[in-house]
Amino acid sequence: MLETLAQAVINGLLIGGIYALVSIGVTLIFGVVKIVNFAQGEFVMIGMYLSFFLATQFAVDPVVSLVITMPVLFSVGVLIQHFLIRRVLGQNDMPQIFLTFALSLLLVNLALMLFSANYRTVHTWYSDEALHLGGLYIPLAKLFAFALAMVLSAALWAFLHTTDLGKAMRAAAQNREVAQLMGINPNRVFCVALGVALALAGAAGSLLMPFYPAYPLVGQVFVLMAFVAVVLGTLGNILGALVASLMMGVAESLGIQFIGADSGLIVVFLMLLLTLALRPSGLAGGRAR
Amino acid sequence: MLLELSQVSASYGSVPALGNVSITVGEGEAVGLLGANGAGKSTTLRAISGLVRLTSGTITFDGAKLAALPPHKITELGIAHVPEGRQVFPEMSVQENLEIGSYAPRAKAERARSLALVYAIFPRLAERRGQLAGTMSGGEQQMLAVGRGLMLKPRLLMLDEPSLGLAPVMTDVTFEKIQEIHKLGTAILLVEQNVSRALTLVERAYVLESGRVIMQGQSAELAGNKDVQTAYLGI
Ligand SMILES: Nc1ncnc2c1ncn2[C@@H]1O[C@H](COP(=O)(O)OP(=O)(O)O)[C@@H](O)[C@H]1O
Ligand SMILES: [Mg+2]
Repeated sequence: MLETLAQAVINGLLIGGIYALVSIGVTLIFGVVKIVNFAQGEFVMIGMYLSFFLATQFAVDPVVSLVITMPVLFSVGVLIQHFLIRRVLGQNDMPQIFLTFALSLLLVNLALMLFSANYRTVHTWYSDEALHLGGLYIPLAKLFAFALAMVLSAALWAFLHTTDLGKAMRAAAQNREVAQLMGINPNRVFCVALGVALALAGAAGSLLMPFYPAYPLVGQVFVLMAFVAVVLGTLGNILGALVASLMMGVAESLGIQFIGADSGLIVVFLMLLLTLALRPSGLAGGRAR
Repeated sequence: MLLELSQVSASYGSVPALGNVSITVGEGEAVGLLGANGAGKSTTLRAISGLVRLTSGTITFDGAKLAALPPHKITELGIAHVPEGRQVFPEMSVQENLEIGSYAPRAKAERARSLALVYAIFPRLAERRGQLAGTMSGGEQQMLAVGRGLMLKPRLLMLDEPSLGLAPVMTDVTFEKIQEIHKLGTAILLVEQNVSRALTLVERAYVLESGRVIMQGQSAELAGNKDVQTAYLGI
């Protein structure tokens, strides 16, 4: 029993690392640019297909292909901010919601057209390997994904707290107008926020590829979890999103283990509803960082 | 002239806020922009900073026209704007607030020296350098906002009601510090409702009412003026 519990917690933490990469991106964009990116999951999907093709065409290991998917998606993020989002900023909410929503639908349908709805998988040498610790079973692919997700999260935190550009992003998140008075170009900072957020989504895609199939709608699995984590962790709060993602991974896994295979999402959304009812500003409370 | 506003008009939507405002600030000069609440003082500073677009008129800084520049480019020219209500970055430490004050390329290289200067002028900020700005008292936040402006190594420091909401003792301290900064050679454009206090600091001043300059002159002259005394000095 105790072992089953420990195993379920580990499973949850491992997948929670991936949720964290997605939710940190969503919360970063929301905190800095003040828009909700409904298309974030589709960039995970793009990261997965990119890794899939790098693996099948050029024999690049999916985890190693991070070094390609991240810069590619960073550039995509910059372009999307500069040519699309910039145009709707300063208008009311509706154009902003429709923009990212339409982008999401467009990307899903493009993927359907180009790649069909078939599942694509990549088999690596570590896809079926696992560590056995005591009675616990830790799949290697998920361990790599979790470890790299934590490294990337820490790197983002360091970027935001130690570099001038990172501090400028935090300043713009806290007070956009006064940030401009400091000499900060808001569009530049927004471009970097979109770039970093999409790079994280791309990383999530690459890290998933050794143990999760790619298909056009795959992003929706992760974006749903990300939105819950972003709300639970207080909108705009990166550390909050990270902790909430891990908690949700664990909650989902416990639900699957002890209630039933289909109960994972039920448990997660119960958590969301309870949090919204009891602490509407999120578990971290207070304001965005 | 360092700064020159010529016949500047601006509006919020269709509501006019400034009408044909003309003011100047010389190199190293301290000038006041005085008037009651709603007179258009903040709007004037916001127009200079590029946060509010002009409907007509021109603003030049050191001979260069500012009209087409976005706010961050105007900052880069050396105009520091300490906004009304302090508006420090609440979730950043004192030191981070100061560092971001020297984000502009013109100030970045001098960051260490500027930081030392700010900490020398405001020893209190040095004591609190690691504290989150949002958790400090109003007076301390005002010092931080002024210090953050100084980090730009500005040629012109614009202060929007630095005494707003401060206890009289803190107001005195704040004005002494501004005086000290002015003595270092920085030109100052001081916006105040506290007219009597402001007139002790600036050399010249303009009085705004309903978005128009209704009076201007040397400080002593204005302090002795009957209309100014009854309208703003409570004499
Ligand atoms: N953001 C805004 N939107 C609409 N009207 C504004 C805004 N800011 C200021 N105003 C109006 O412009 C006029 C001048 O305001 P302001 O420059 O803030 O005055 P002051 O700083 O002298 O108190 C006032 O009538 C005020 O109501
Ligand atoms: Mg004002």
